[in-house]
Amino acid sequence: MDTNLKKEIIMDHYLNPKNKITTDDSRYVKVNTNNESCIDNLNFYVLFNGDLIEDIKFDGEACAISTSSSSIMITNMIGKTIAEAEEYINNFEAMINEEKYNSDILNEANAYDDIYKQNNRKNCALLPYKGIKKAIAEYRK
Amino acid sequence: MNREDFPMLKQDIIYLDNSATTLKPDCVLNKMAEYYKEYGANAHRGDYDISYKVDLEYENVRDLVRDLINAKSKEEVVFTSGTTESLNMIVNGFFESLLEAGDEIILSTSEHASNILPWFRIARNNGCIIKYVNLDDNYYVTLENLKKVITPNTKVISLAHITNVIGDVRPIKEIAKFAHENNIFVVVDGAQSVPHMKVDVQDLDIDFLAFSAHKMLGPTGVGVLYGKKELLEHLEPTILGGGMNESFDNENAVILKSLPTRLEAGTPNIAGVIGFGAAIKYMNQIGYDRIIDRERYLRNYLIEKLVRIPHIDIINLESDSGIVAFNVNGIFSQDVAYYLNKYNVCVRAGNHCAKILKNAVGVTNSIRVSISFYNTESEIDDLVELLKNKDKIMKEML
Ligand SMILES: Cc1ncc(COP(=O)(O)O)c(C=O)c1O
Repeated sequence: MDTNLKKEIIMDHYLNPKNKITTDDSRYVKVNTNNESCIDNLNFYVLFNGDLIEDIKFDGEACAISTSSSSIMITNMIGKTIAEAEEYINNFEAMINEEKYNSDILNEANAYDDIYKQNNRKNCALLPYKGIKKAIAEYRK
Repeated sequence: MNREDFPMLKQDIIYLDNSATTLKPDCVLNKMAEYYKEYGANAHRGDYDISYKVDLEYENVRDLVRDLINAKSKEEVVFTSGTTESLNMIVNGFFESLLEAGDEIILSTSEHASNILPWFRIARNNGCIIKYVNLDDNYYVTLENLKKVITPNTKVISLAHITNVIGDVRPIKEIAKFAHENNIFVVVDGAQSVPHMKVDVQDLDIDFLAFSAHKMLGPTGVGVLYGKKELLEHLEPTILGGGMNESFDNENAVILKSLPTRLEAGTPNIAGVIGFGAAIKYMNQIGYDRIIDRERYLRNYLIEKLVRIPHIDIINLESDSGIVAFNVNGIFSQDVAYYLNKYNVCVRAGNHCAKILKNAVGVTNSIRVSISFYNTESEIDDLVELLKNKDKIMKEML
C-alpha cells in the first residue's frame, strides 16, 4: 500500500470514525482501555450474540492513530464470529510486532504495516485490540 | 543565555520540557565525576582522608540548601530521592500518627499525583476527609476560596507553590499566616517553585517543603525535605537502617541519631547530592533574578506570537512561570507533540500527572511548553512557525 493511501485511510477514519458514540444499552459488554505510557483513554462497547460479534461502539479521547485504528477494527470486526475475530486480532498484532502475518484478512488495517518504525506509536495502534480482547474475555466469563 | 554550559544543547534538539526535568550544565556532571574518580568513598565514615572529604562535600551541600531556602538550621534540611519521597515522608512519617477520623485535609485539584495519592491513602486508613479548594476563573488558588473550605476540623493544607500544569504561583505566605492562626499545618510542594523563584521558608513561615534537584539543573534521584525543627523531631523515620541509629541492643532499645541524619537511612545518593551542590552554586552565580527575568521574557515572547494564531487555544494566558499550556483546536495534544517531535522539538502532551484537574479546567489534555533561561528566541520562533499552519500539522502528524 502506498504511503499516501495509508495516510488517507488513517485520516479518514480519524476524522470520521465509525461508531464513535457512547451507549448505555446494558446488553453491551463495556470495557475501558488505556495506554500506560500516554494519554489515550477509550471505552469499547461490544454486543455479542451467541458466537457472533453483532456490534461495537467506542468513545473517549485518543490520538489519531488509536482513534483510526479503533474505527478500522470496528469496521472489519462487526459480523465476525469470535473465532474469526481472534484470528484477525492475532494477525494484526503479528503485523505490528513485525512477525509473519496474513495481510489478506486485515483490509484497511494494513495501513499500519510500517507503524513499527515509530516505536512510540505501536501501542496506539494496538490499543483497540487490547480493548476487544478484554471484552471477549469478559463475555466468556 | 549560558547555552555553552549545557552539553545536551549541542544536539539538534529544541528542549521545551523543562518542567519535567532540566538539562544539566557541565559543572554538575564534572562535580559528580570528580566524586567517583577522586574521593569515591562512603559518607559518615570519616576514618580516613577521602572518606572525610566525602563528609565535607556532602554536608557542604546541606549548607548551600539551608542558605538557598533560608532554613534556620542545617538540621532542618533532609536529603531524599526527590519531591515524591519527601512528600511521602511528610505524610506517612508525620501526619499518619497525627490525623484522626473526621480530620480534614485541604488540597487543590491541580496538585501533582505525589501531593494527592499519599493523602488519599491516609484519608482511607485514618478516616480523614479530603477537601479541595475551588479554583478561580484563572484556575488560581485564592486565600478567599481557601477560607471557604476551612472548618474547625481542618488540620493540614498541602499545596504546590507553583503548579506544573499552568504555572500559577499560590499566595503561600498569606495562606500560611491564616492557617497558623487557625492551628492548621502547611505543607508546600516546591518542585516547580524552588527552581524558579526565591523561596524563603522563614518568610513564608511554612511547616514543610519538598523539592527535587533534577528540576533545577541538578541530577535525578536527589531531593530535599525541609521541616521546622520542632516538627521534624516528631517525624517518624519511614525507612530504617544503617547510618540513622546510635545503637540497638534489642527491639526495645533502639536509639536514633539526631536530625537530619535520622531521616537519611542507608547510603545516600552521595554523587547526586554533591552534584546538586554544584547546580545550586551555578544558579547562584547566574543569579535567581536574571533567571526569572529571562524566563518571563521568553514566556511573553512566546505568548505574544501564539495569541495571533487563530487555531491555538491558550489555557493559561497569564502565568508567573515559564509554563504555557495550549491546544491546537481540533487536534489531540499527543498528535501535536508527535508532529513537533519530527522536527526535534520536545514538548509534553497530557494531563501532566494532575489527573483531577481536568474536571476543573474542562480540558482533559494539553500541550505543555516549559521554558528555561537557556532557551532562545529563535527556538521559540521555530516552534511558532511549526504551529502556524494547521494543515501542515494534520498532514504530518501521522
Ligand atoms: C508540582 C510537582 N510536584 C511534584 C513533582 C514530582 O517530582 P519528582 O518526580 O521529582 O519526585 C513534580 C514533577 O513533575 C511536580 O511538577
